[in-house]
Amino acid sequence: MMANMKPGSGAHVGVKVSVSLIMWQVMLAISPATVYGLFCFGWPALNLFIITVLSAVFFEAFCLRLAGRLAKPVLMDGSAVLTGWLLAMTLPPWAPWWIGVVGSAIAIILGKQVYGGLGQNLFNPAMLARVALLISFPIEMTTWANVSPLFFSHSPGLIESWHITFVGLDNLDATTGATTLGFVKTEFSQNRLLVDILKDYSGFLNFIGWTRGSLGETSTLLLSLGGVWLIRQGVIQWYIPVSLLLTVTVLSGFFHTLDAQHYVSPFLHLNSGALMLTAFFIATDYVTSPNTKTGQLVFGAGCGLLIFVIRTWGAYPEGAGFAVLLMNSATPLIDYYIRPRIYGRDRKGKPLEIPKS
Amino acid sequence: MLKSCLNAVSPVHNDIVKGLKGLLVTPFFLPLETITKPENEGDIFQSFLDFFSKPRIRGGVHAEQNKAQTATQNIVYQFPLPKKLYIPLQQHVGKPAEPLIRVGDKVLKGQLLAYSQGLISAPVHAPSSGVILDVNDYPAPHPSALPIRMIVLETDGKDEWLETHPVDDPFQLTPEDISLRVGAAGIVGLGGATFPTAVKLNMGRENQIDTLIINGAECEPYLSCDDRLMQERAEQIIDGVRLMLHGMTAESAVVAIEDNKPQAYLAMQAAAQPYPLIKVLQIPTRYPMGWDRQLIRYVTGKEVPVGCRSSEIGVTIHNVGTAHAVHKALRYGQPLVSRVITVSGGAVAKPMNVEVPLGTLISELFDFCQVNIEQTARIIMGGPMMGDALPHTGLPTVKATSGVLALTQNELKNTDEQPCIRCASCISVCPAGLRPLDMANNIRINQLDVAVDLGLKDCISCGCCSYICPSNIPLVQYFKYASGEVVSRQQAQHKSEQTKRLIDDRNARMERIAQQQREEELIRIAAKAERERLKAQQEAIV
Repeated sequence: MMANMKPGSGAHVGVKVSVSLIMWQVMLAISPATVYGLFCFGWPALNLFIITVLSAVFFEAFCLRLAGRLAKPVLMDGSAVLTGWLLAMTLPPWAPWWIGVVGSAIAIILGKQVYGGLGQNLFNPAMLARVALLISFPIEMTTWANVSPLFFSHSPGLIESWHITFVGLDNLDATTGATTLGFVKTEFSQNRLLVDILKDYSGFLNFIGWTRGSLGETSTLLLSLGGVWLIRQGVIQWYIPVSLLLTVTVLSGFFHTLDAQHYVSPFLHLNSGALMLTAFFIATDYVTSPNTKTGQLVFGAGCGLLIFVIRTWGAYPEGAGFAVLLMNSATPLIDYYIRPRIYGRDRKGKPLEIPKS
Repeated sequence: MLKSCLNAVSPVHNDIVKGLKGLLVTPFFLPLETITKPENEGDIFQSFLDFFSKPRIRGGVHAEQNKAQTATQNIVYQFPLPKKLYIPLQQHVGKPAEPLIRVGDKVLKGQLLAYSQGLISAPVHAPSSGVILDVNDYPAPHPSALPIRMIVLETDGKDEWLETHPVDDPFQLTPEDISLRVGAAGIVGLGGATFPTAVKLNMGRENQIDTLIINGAECEPYLSCDDRLMQERAEQIIDGVRLMLHGMTAESAVVAIEDNKPQAYLAMQAAAQPYPLIKVLQIPTRYPMGWDRQLIRYVTGKEVPVGCRSSEIGVTIHNVGTAHAVHKALRYGQPLVSRVITVSGGAVAKPMNVEVPLGTLISELFDFCQVNIEQTARIIMGGPMMGDALPHTGLPTVKATSGVLALTQNELKNTDEQPCIRCASCISVCPAGLRPLDMANNIRINQLDVAVDLGLKDCISCGCCSYICPSNIPLVQYFKYASGEVVSRQQAQHKSEQTKRLIDDRNARMERIAQQQREEELIRIAAKAERERLKAQQEAIV
């Protein structure tokens, strides 16, 4: 006879995947766009990135200690790092240090830990923080630095970057400007036509991300490559990104064909703002998106619709954060109404009828 | 990305899809070695197309096969006869068999030891010749190892058969007779369900089924006993299939074999060649393809309604091992006294398929296959997906035992449980269409009623959800616990209702008696008053 062993049922074998592996895969997928963003916006962006991620980890540890739990094993799952990382990606690259700290505090404490930690939150923590910051500190959150790559002569050096991050920008007009979406929105309010507004617009530069914008949102190319890699790895499914991007494309395509002077083209929509980051990395968050294929298609389409509506007719030039939060709040409803059919039962849960032969 | 999506959604040329596929399979996209291939949506484009077609297979996982260790060698028949055999009286679904031998009796191989009782039951026969040592409670081959009734047989080493009376041509028998003989041979579903085969044949005949499906899927990892049986005994299995068709007066049969067993497929096809009504079909390899209802839908397109037997929709499903046992019972008159068992796993030095007499202790099986006890982290009876972990090896093999595995720690799934991140993998792999994560959440907070509403009773414990869960949540364990708890709560409630009814009845009875007494008292008082009135009248007259 052999020694007593703990009995257990069902699936004694399994996939060798863990929560932290999933988190690290997402970080790996997002790192090209991050590195590119840090390069484009230089030392101040790097300062902000580090501050945001570290404070996210700090607040996570703080909450866990308050709850009387050991912090280290939970921190190792990488979810706090990822939340901080995603938040940093959505911040203006030269924002002051406290934006990162306050943002992380909102994301981790209000966005995640008050609900009970990983897996329990209703809203995407990074988007919650982003929207809260945007409403509370509109000036800091809409000051967009010019592209000023690392090691270029006119870019701020390391010492200067500390000044930018910890004291503030001195010569705003020389170093900052508007994002494409913001510029289009203000110019529309001056009753100008798109043909004039987009005189200097370069599709290619926007596609690779050589433009003003949030720290890690500018490069459509790198973000979509990272996203497609995640789909190929099976970390995320295609349903949300495809339905989101498709909805934006179809809607903007429809309106652009109707009136090309007042509605920007699908190409510009896809290449600007937070669309790619949202489609592949934010809206696909497991915790806050629906569980079923159909539910995810509905969720993605809803996000796409809201993004388009806010961008086109709303007061803000970019609506990704709001759209995701609104759809997050609809997720329990979607999951309630859209559920898989149980084998041998109809959609309402009644047993199927025996077919007459 | 977007362009390709648009293309894939609209009906497209295969060439375009192929071209785009080629485009995507650049080195950049190749999966990292440390990261497993996507489980549920292996191919983006395939999943696009799947989404818009009615699925014939729902859910499921591509579990690591681990079959090659045993599937490539012949079945071993030289298992040394054990000194003692422990034969449980219940090796089937239904009522346990009733012993008709006494301690000290001398029995021959194949002799009836315990007879079937009740409609759903099966008899038990002596797996070898020898003397009955004991009829008593011994640990069951179950995770609990709780004692159940067993017959202990001390073998005499002669392995002497009882004289058998096979019929010359079983096809001359009436279908009812076939069922009777199959039932008398103690044959039960050898795929693991152990439902008495004769009962199933009767149901098939009564419902006039049109298709008999022979389950050769063997979708559990590690196991290869059916695979080897099909390779080595294809003709006997096909004969058994024909006999079953005769027993059910059914017309056609489909033998379904997963496409990871090409040798078995070829062998079975060759054996079925002369019989046009028996088709051999290759089916995709995807656990749990061998789940009867999944297989029925894949083969016939029909879905068995909840609460119905498959024969009610005109289909019956039997395992290949069962067909083989039917062949042996009808052609040679031999009851079910042995079976082929896969012994495999990382801790087994000589993994193999071996035919053993029923009642052989796992410890003897392990000795024969040279299992390294130090390396063994878990002993499993059955496959690694649905099998049960056994507490020790002093337990007998039974009719349901398709395999015994000795797995090392490396092979086992990590048990370090983490919070659910709602990744919904469990939902996409569930073949029954359940939402395991919601069920588990409700069970965790003791809301079993909600779990039942969510479909707890439709769970088949296939283990796909536990297999896929990145947080290592033992979902099936939750569901089994909850199912047991629901039953015991219902029993407790039933009991308290019964008690309450008895108390109410007693109170009513007492009330009735008191009422009766009161009425009698009133009558008595009235009678007395009447008597006194009469008396007074008489006195007045006087």
